[in-house]
Amino acid sequence: MQYPKSLLFLLAAALLAGCATGSAGDKAPEFTAEDIDWPEGMNAQPRDLTPVEVEPETVLIEGATIMTATGEVIEGGSLLLEDGKIARVSEEKLDAPEGAKVIDGTGRFVTPGLIDTHSHLGVYPTPYVKAHSDGNEASAPTTPQVDAAHSTWPQDPGFQKALAGGVTALQILPGSANIIGGRAVTLELHPGISAQAMHFDGAPDGLKMACGENPKRVYGDRGGMPSTRMGTMAVWRQTLQKARETRRAYEKYREALARWKSAKEPDPKSKPQPPSRDLGMETLIGAMEGDILVHIHCYRADEMIQVLELADEFDFEIRSFHHALEAYKIRDVLAEWNVAVSTWADWWGYKVEMHDGIPQNAALIHAAGGRAIIHSDSPNDIQRLNQEAAKAYWAAKHEGMELSEDDALRWITANPAWALGIDEATGTIEAGKRADVVLWSKHPFSVYAEADMVWVEGVREYDRAEDPAPWSDFEVGQFADDASADDEEVQ
Amino acid sequence: MRLLNGQIRTLLIVLALCLWGTSASAQTSPDQTALGQTVLRGAKVHTVAGEVIDDAVIVVGKDGKIAAVGGPDTKVPEGAEVVDVTGKVITPGLVDAFTSLGVVEIWQTGSTVDHAGSGDAVRAAFSVSDGFNPNSVLIPITRTGGVTSVVVVPGGGLVSGKAAWARLGAENGAKQAAFVDDASVAMVVNHGERGARAAGGSRGAAMESLRELYDDVVFYRDNKEGYDQNRSRKLAASRLDLENLGATLEQGMPVLFRVNRASDIRVVLKFADEVGLKPIIVGGAEAWQVADELAERKVPVVVEPTLNLPERFEKLGARADNAALLAEAGVPVVLSTFSTHNVRKLRQAAGNAVRAGMSHTDALEAITAAPARALGRDDIGTVEVGKAADLVVWSGDPFELSTRVERLYVDGAETSLDNNRQHKLFERYRELPRRGEPAERD
Repeated sequence: MQYPKSLLFLLAAALLAGCATGSAGDKAPEFTAEDIDWPEGMNAQPRDLTPVEVEPETVLIEGATIMTATGEVIEGGSLLLEDGKIARVSEEKLDAPEGAKVIDGTGRFVTPGLIDTHSHLGVYPTPYVKAHSDGNEASAPTTPQVDAAHSTWPQDPGFQKALAGGVTALQILPGSANIIGGRAVTLELHPGISAQAMHFDGAPDGLKMACGENPKRVYGDRGGMPSTRMGTMAVWRQTLQKARETRRAYEKYREALARWKSAKEPDPKSKPQPPSRDLGMETLIGAMEGDILVHIHCYRADEMIQVLELADEFDFEIRSFHHALEAYKIRDVLAEWNVAVSTWADWWGYKVEMHDGIPQNAALIHAAGGRAIIHSDSPNDIQRLNQEAAKAYWAAKHEGMELSEDDALRWITANPAWALGIDEATGTIEAGKRADVVLWSKHPFSVYAEADMVWVEGVREYDRAEDPAPWSDFEVGQFADDASADDEEVQ
Repeated sequence: MRLLNGQIRTLLIVLALCLWGTSASAQTSPDQTALGQTVLRGAKVHTVAGEVIDDAVIVVGKDGKIAAVGGPDTKVPEGAEVVDVTGKVITPGLVDAFTSLGVVEIWQTGSTVDHAGSGDAVRAAFSVSDGFNPNSVLIPITRTGGVTSVVVVPGGGLVSGKAAWARLGAENGAKQAAFVDDASVAMVVNHGERGARAAGGSRGAAMESLRELYDDVVFYRDNKEGYDQNRSRKLAASRLDLENLGATLEQGMPVLFRVNRASDIRVVLKFADEVGLKPIIVGGAEAWQVADELAERKVPVVVEPTLNLPERFEKLGARADNAALLAEAGVPVVLSTFSTHNVRKLRQAAGNAVRAGMSHTDALEAITAAPARALGRDDIGTVEVGKAADLVVWSGDPFELSTRVERLYVDGAETSLDNNRQHKLFERYRELPRRGEPAERD
């Protein structure tokens, strides 16, 4: 899948190209300065001023059990990581390329890097103080114009902890106070100075929407709309209708511009004027056009059905329902409509709409041919997604359901990769994919398993044997004994 | 409710044992006598009293207490029902020392939330047990995690009120999922950020309030007659609050101090010494920094073992091996989920404590005998003769995620594991209800 790169970046490149070659360049630039105020794609990524410099290592892991998340488990296999990619995965012993770090994986397990579709790291970072609380733009029930990337504090100590739990990529979403919460951003766990620097290369934006108790509570408590579920649906439909109209206006402009450009001698005076931009509507148009992937916080089966009808009415795809504790009740529909279900192993009950949660939700989705995902929504549980998947797996096995470990591993690797639109790049152990890989001390479904090493794009970002410096500046120098150690050195 | 301190309780156990030796206890109800003697044979038993017995025999008496425990040659009473649990693992029933189980059904539905008293800062007379619902649907779900006892705690305020000890089984065969068997097991007091907020804005204000309060608790105790005759200065709390706090003096009823920062823990310990309280530290994110002082005084610490993030400024020192470091220093460690709906995850919490460096033995003790001991329940928490037969039969290592609870006994009575709402919903939807094929996506 191709996604439009930064508009500004392309524009800058085009201008530079123009400068270098003069007006007689033989390749016409894709954009001209005249187009600057009009978006070509609705999924334009911001320009990254501080890209992460990636120095992947060459690694050969030997003798480990390789759980590929493709259906295949290789006992005593070899895995070669090179140039940030998985170079080879093999049942045979491989020759180590020159300069390769060779790791004895005997008794240990390898999986793809874990992926979380639902995190608020950075937007609700620790410590949980008001100064840090940037996850809900709860000033209006629909805020499609906001972007979680702009709230993400890369110094959240939780990022490094998630990495140490084997997570290599995660989606940061706005909260669920709003019916339309805004754009979500997918990050890869290299330390970066900004969320833009941590952006997962090529990942499309997400769009967070929510139904149920949260929006009606937040706005109902203020005497506003929505205060009911029917209010939520009405606001939703009204907003999507506006997006549809805006989309038509944009299309008309595009067509008029194309007609004008195709004239033999376009008259500058009659050049069509672009409609004024509406950033929020552009997000929704992006979702309608499939460039932005839609993630909907929704618990109850009946509400999910209504939201599917909404998607049908306004012609957009839902990539994944999140939390979705009653998904098991409509698993046939969700499988038929190819909507993934991001849920928990055992969270339930603290709201009425969570009263019917059961630990077999993920397994029942899977059994119906649907795409199950275990997500965290938590800076704590994101550190143990392997345990969460294991619990959901065993809850089903104990009820006699047919299920393989590989199936359950896919709940935290391949399936979330699909939901985030990065499945061609990551999510399984296959040659050619990014070297997003975890080496576990034990079977990852054991409560005692630890990630020994975690590679992100072939960079060993975590090594349990080392005592790494904190990524987060926040964690530096917090305790007096740090200072007293310095004093001793001075003496 | 009258307070039973540890010694009285021990005395009662001894008394009960003597009676059991001769005839049925005078307090035995008809339902209990109906209970047959059960023998669990063949399991590996973690007694949490210093022994692991392979191929063990446990004899559960008609009084619901453990009558015998030992190796395969242990004498078995005639006519007893023998349950073959060969290859299984038995532990004492798990205890979660800090929950809202039974007093909160749905957190975001206020009408089902009974964990907190009035808006006053001091709510010592608030008894959380008054709101306990033994028919909460959460309770049978909690049992699937092998939990047989919980401490139900009140929240809010500077002094939150009295915590209760609840057992997750039927009382005397009654048709209910749980019962409170001690309504006043501890007093809950907040310090640190919580206490500061309740007291009007600072830690100093919280301590000032607590000092004045305890001054008046003593004054009231010593001048009750004058108080009743209206010959008293104005006191810092109501009569009932002062009365209830009196129970914590002279190291009586333990006080659960919710506190996290190392310096706050030190302040609380000093205060407890000044007043003569028996403190238990709850939360204790930075307790590892004060481990030696806690160990020296044998102050128990209730820890959430997966906490490793600086969730608040008072938890900047949070680390995953907190429990391991405390145990190593000799502090009595108690592990808790601090949960309501997922108290069943207690064993996973213990497994993660082990993952972070705690010994398996210490972690098991921290969710059985240690919480019982900390709260004066010497009748619970180990597999020893005379203790309550609160037992869990596991399919394997209790902490491992693949392990399930196969049988559960509370006071010697086997308790259903499948009779819970989640299991019933699963059964109801194991096959989808009949309806038309789902519409295709256009």
